Amino acid sequence: MSNESKVDCGRRRLVVATAAVGGAGALVALVPFLSSMLPSERAKAAGAPVEVDVGNLELGQMMTVEWRGKPVWIINRNKPMLETLPELNDQMADPNSEKDMQPEYCKNETRSIKPEYMVVVGICTHLGCSPSAKFKHGPADGMAADWLGGFLCPCHGSHFDFAGRVYKSQPAPTNLEVPPHMYLSDTRILIGEHKKGA
Amino acid sequence: MASNTNFEKYKSDGSLQGNLLEWFDARFPATSMWRGHLSEYYAPKNFNFWYFFGSLAMLVLVIQIVTGIFLVMHYKPDASLNADGIPIAFASVEYIMRDVPWGWLVRYMHSTGASAFFLVVYLHMFRGMLYGSYRQPRELIWVFGTLLFLCLMAEAFMGYLLPWGQMSFWGAQVIVNLFSAIPLVGEPLSIWIRGDFVVGDATLNRFFSFHVIAVPLVLLGLVAAHILALHEVGSNNPDGVEIKKRTTPEGIPLDGIPFHPYYSVKDIVGVVVFLMVFSIIVFFAPEGGGYFLEYNNFLPADPLKTPAHIAPVWYFTPYYSLLRAMVWPLFGIDAKFWGVVAMGGGVVILAFLPWLDRSPVKSIRYRGPIFKTLLTIFVISFFILGFLGTKAPSYAFFGVIPGAPVAQILSLYYFLFFLTMPWWSKIDKYKPEPDRVTM
Repeated sequence: MSNESKVDCGRRRLVVATAAVGGAGALVALVPFLSSMLPSERAKAAGAPVEVDVGNLELGQMMTVEWRGKPVWIINRNKPMLETLPELNDQMADPNSEKDMQPEYCKNETRSIKPEYMVVVGICTHLGCSPSAKFKHGPADGMAADWLGGFLCPCHGSHFDFAGRVYKSQPAPTNLEVPPHMYLSDTRILIGEHKKGA
Repeated sequence: MASNTNFEKYKSDGSLQGNLLEWFDARFPATSMWRGHLSEYYAPKNFNFWYFFGSLAMLVLVIQIVTGIFLVMHYKPDASLNADGIPIAFASVEYIMRDVPWGWLVRYMHSTGASAFFLVVYLHMFRGMLYGSYRQPRELIWVFGTLLFLCLMAEAFMGYLLPWGQMSFWGAQVIVNLFSAIPLVGEPLSIWIRGDFVVGDATLNRFFSFHVIAVPLVLLGLVAAHILALHEVGSNNPDGVEIKKRTTPEGIPLDGIPFHPYYSVKDIVGVVVFLMVFSIIVFFAPEGGGYFLEYNNFLPADPLKTPAHIAPVWYFTPYYSLLRAMVWPLFGIDAKFWGVVAMGGGVVILAFLPWLDRSPVKSIRYRGPIFKTLLTIFVISFFILGFLGTKAPSYAFFGVIPGAPVAQILSLYYFLFFLTMPWWSKIDKYKPEPDRVTM
């Protein structure tokens, strides 16, 4: 009566098997195309470390260098800047750098190897804009009256202090990333590597 | 069965007897398609102003494709620096503007066309909300339309990277990083989209490919589906009544008139007015006061420095406000993930409109005060969200009313408007629909 009863089960199984094998083949064929969009070998090899001489960087100033296509800031923090850090602890989302955003040797109060030199990737952990320096206290840089200095992300307004720590209740979920780095001499920093010959 | 084919209808052996059209029709459904979609497609006779925007969206699509073809002849998707230290992509756009004969016109038509596209599409979508054009049996037209809107957003976003200016670069940086907010797969996903660990040459090249080939193909396919679905069920109208319910004995709707020549001619009026406004903008204000072409995009991309104020182009700003409104982590997931969910959800929720609306009548003409009030507030809040999206997060109205909480309240309203619709659309008063369309 119905079409159902006329179905040849053997043929039907063959049709299903053919469709399944064909479908699997089509899915596998996606692999080379989708993989071709991954970073190429050249892009992967481009992350060479960068050497910076901070000898000319004056106290209270910052410089920007490019590492892996990203801005890395080096801030020569003066005393007043460093003094703001413990003061701000209770306003910070992660005051003690519990989250893994820095190498082990920078998990300290100043998030640095030497207290004065802050080395940090200048990319907001929210959506990747580069925050602007707002170093002056109070409203001089267009910030609130109780602003102690730090960075403001122009895109979504996340606030960071002089150690790249994010304030509470900000779009940015974590502190700024401290890249692996090491001192080759008193004033020469190698960014991107922390073990010689490693 | 054989008599159903054109081949049988016209000639017994398919040879060239009679005229060329008959020979053609025996092999291709030219005349039957012309009739089905134009000369014998019956549209309601009471279309008004709001019904221009569908045909105008098609016109802008053609403008974008044609100007795009000519721009690709001169544009170079290359992020490396030339001898002057300027990225080649950025320099090639300047070259089009300064050295290619009439290049400035083609490029300004394309850049203005992007804004025009969103303008007519927003008005086209609003028409659907006014007259309930998404209601049964037109749900699929609306769903295809929502997909078209999504594709259009992708197309505009990827096209915006190509001039490789500051806003191109940082806009792409922000939007691609949105994907990194997705738990677990986010980080590898955003690297896969960029093709590099940062937005760079690989990103520029693939966005170029998507912008000129992949997305336009999908757009064209969806436009075909949108129109085929429309012609299957017939157009809605400002009264929201079905014209197919009252027909002549031959089955022609009493309130229907053939699309061609009646609406093809009417649409020409719309096209002429549109082209006048479009030309004024192209010739006299192509930058649109910084809203169509943002000033920071006249600076070449600098991966080390974000401009002091970044905002998307105007057509994305309402959704950008939804994104920024989410600042609290929920269920142990970062706030930025919820921002992405809000932004994506704000578009996707539109697709559910046919099933959220429970009103017994379609058109605003017969709907009650609740709908009219809530829709008015919805439109106003959409504009305010759009305005706030162009401003910095710290913006305050008149310097006193902070913008951020306003955006959060209006974002909440945006979603509540849709999510509570099944309830309020049901209890709202309504007037009885007329039997036939009114003029």
